[in-house]
Amino acid sequence: MMQDLVVHGVFIVYAVLMLMTVGLVLTWVERKQAAIMSDRIGANRAYLRIPFTQVKLIWWGLFHGLADGLKMLLKEDWRPNSYDRMAYAVAPWFAFVPVMAVFAVIPFGGELVPGTFFGWFEGTSEWFGDRSYAMQVAPLDAGLLIVFALGGIAVIGAMLAGWSSNNKFSLLGAVRAGSQMISYELVIGLTIVGLILIYGTVNLVSIVEQQSGVLFGFIPAWGIFLQPFAAILFLVAAQAENQRIPFDLPEAESELIAGYFTEYSAMKMGLFMFAEFIHIAIIAALFTTLFLGGYNLPYMTDAGFLLPGGFEIALPHVLVVLLQITVFWVKVFLMCGFLILVRWSLPRFRYDQLLSFAWRFLLPLALINLAITAVAVWAIQGIGA
Amino acid sequence: MKKVIDRRRKYWNEPTLGWWERFYLFEVLRGFSITGGVFLRNMKRWITGGKGALTAYYPEEIRADYAAHNRGKHVLTQRPDGRPQCIACNLCATVCPARVIEIEAGFDPDDPAHPKYPKRFEIDYSRCIFCGFCVEVCPEDAIRMVRQVPGLPVPDRDHGMWLGREELLTWQPARDPAKPYPPKEGPK
Repeated sequence: MMQDLVVHGVFIVYAVLMLMTVGLVLTWVERKQAAIMSDRIGANRAYLRIPFTQVKLIWWGLFHGLADGLKMLLKEDWRPNSYDRMAYAVAPWFAFVPVMAVFAVIPFGGELVPGTFFGWFEGTSEWFGDRSYAMQVAPLDAGLLIVFALGGIAVIGAMLAGWSSNNKFSLLGAVRAGSQMISYELVIGLTIVGLILIYGTVNLVSIVEQQSGVLFGFIPAWGIFLQPFAAILFLVAAQAENQRIPFDLPEAESELIAGYFTEYSAMKMGLFMFAEFIHIAIIAALFTTLFLGGYNLPYMTDAGFLLPGGFEIALPHVLVVLLQITVFWVKVFLMCGFLILVRWSLPRFRYDQLLSFAWRFLLPLALINLAITAVAVWAIQGIGA
Repeated sequence: MKKVIDRRRKYWNEPTLGWWERFYLFEVLRGFSITGGVFLRNMKRWITGGKGALTAYYPEEIRADYAAHNRGKHVLTQRPDGRPQCIACNLCATVCPARVIEIEAGFDPDDPAHPKYPKRFEIDYSRCIFCGFCVEVCPEDAIRMVRQVPGLPVPDRDHGMWLGREELLTWQPARDPAKPYPPKEGPK
């Protein structure tokens, strides 16, 4: 009992710390990648000076994220004259917390056996015994359903923020955010239903484990090979969920100043920003888990590698756990890089284009994809039976 | 029934999208390949120690595209012992159309050949028009203009845009092969 508490406490602290760090680093990555894509240098001025020396740590401008955070913490918390006190204070948290909470069900590693992992430490193996834990904050069987549920709550944050600040731009932004997020949520749901049909479960750990197999003898059985259309549709819809260019209509700054958080300042506005950047990481983590084989390399399982052709490479438990954690974050960062590439490549949609894109293009495609998947799954299972 | 007239103006360069462009997805992928290609190219340059950007570091880096005959900064030439060659005659300050040069003359009894020297020699770059009259008028070849620009950006606002004697005397004659010091013997 105590052991469960300790392990999950460590997982929670690890997940929160990692998400915060990734969110902070992503602000820098976004600026730097955009700069490099457009032949510029990018953020390179903020530095940490080692006290009592003249040694300045610039590190390619990595500390700009820290400087931004500090600035937002120290700014005046300005409020509009007339606003709904309660909703105004609560809205940023409604935008921030659901996004963070999605990570609870995403597995960032395979099976962890603390008794073996900390075997070098006196007495831990006895204390932990042979208990094993899935590396996941909340090992729920309803994993994917939790993702949908929390995704639905994020709309409330935007609507509350827009409504409570008593500003027409904010309200317009909130209305746009609401209709956009609800439309694209539907597309995300329909694309993922296809995956659920194939894997036969909504438990993310078991989805990842099923992806360590092979197709036709050599292709890794990743979701992106099983459901290529769903992968593309998911990415498009997720970018729209995240309200980033080309879908950043809710905060289109040339039309609505800053959309639903126009009237927010200081760290409250920072929370909205931060939620957006953590959302990038969450989308990347979800995509990794659902379509890119999660924390496993191709042909890799919790026991080691099982290469096509029957070769087996057994790895010690410590190495497997470290490898899985590393692989997971590398995949997540590559996906983040791709999402940022999308954001800095495309122009913004017009609002009517945005909605007709969701309802008249993506939704039919998702439905067709779902129908074909259902028929294929039925046919294959019929052959198997 | 009223006839519907299409009042939209037709332009000679009306964009024509085929079904391929209208489908959007593949054209978007083409766009990603362009931006991603530029990203990878520039990253490769940065990683291999080169520079993957067109912008110059300002003010640390001198722009590469200054013309060879650009004259953006004044220098005071030096005698072999490092003192300024200027004799504080005030001709440059007099001829200067923008009146940016301020000279305070001093007396040096140890050097009977050049008893007058500039104690203070300051140029206000916020008003200088870089006409080069000061260089032209100088009887001692004491002031010249060089290819660089003055390093004016400073982290505080009280500094102004003045260059003093110390900055003007940082010129190294060895770096200026076109006009070495002491001057070469010309044809008499």
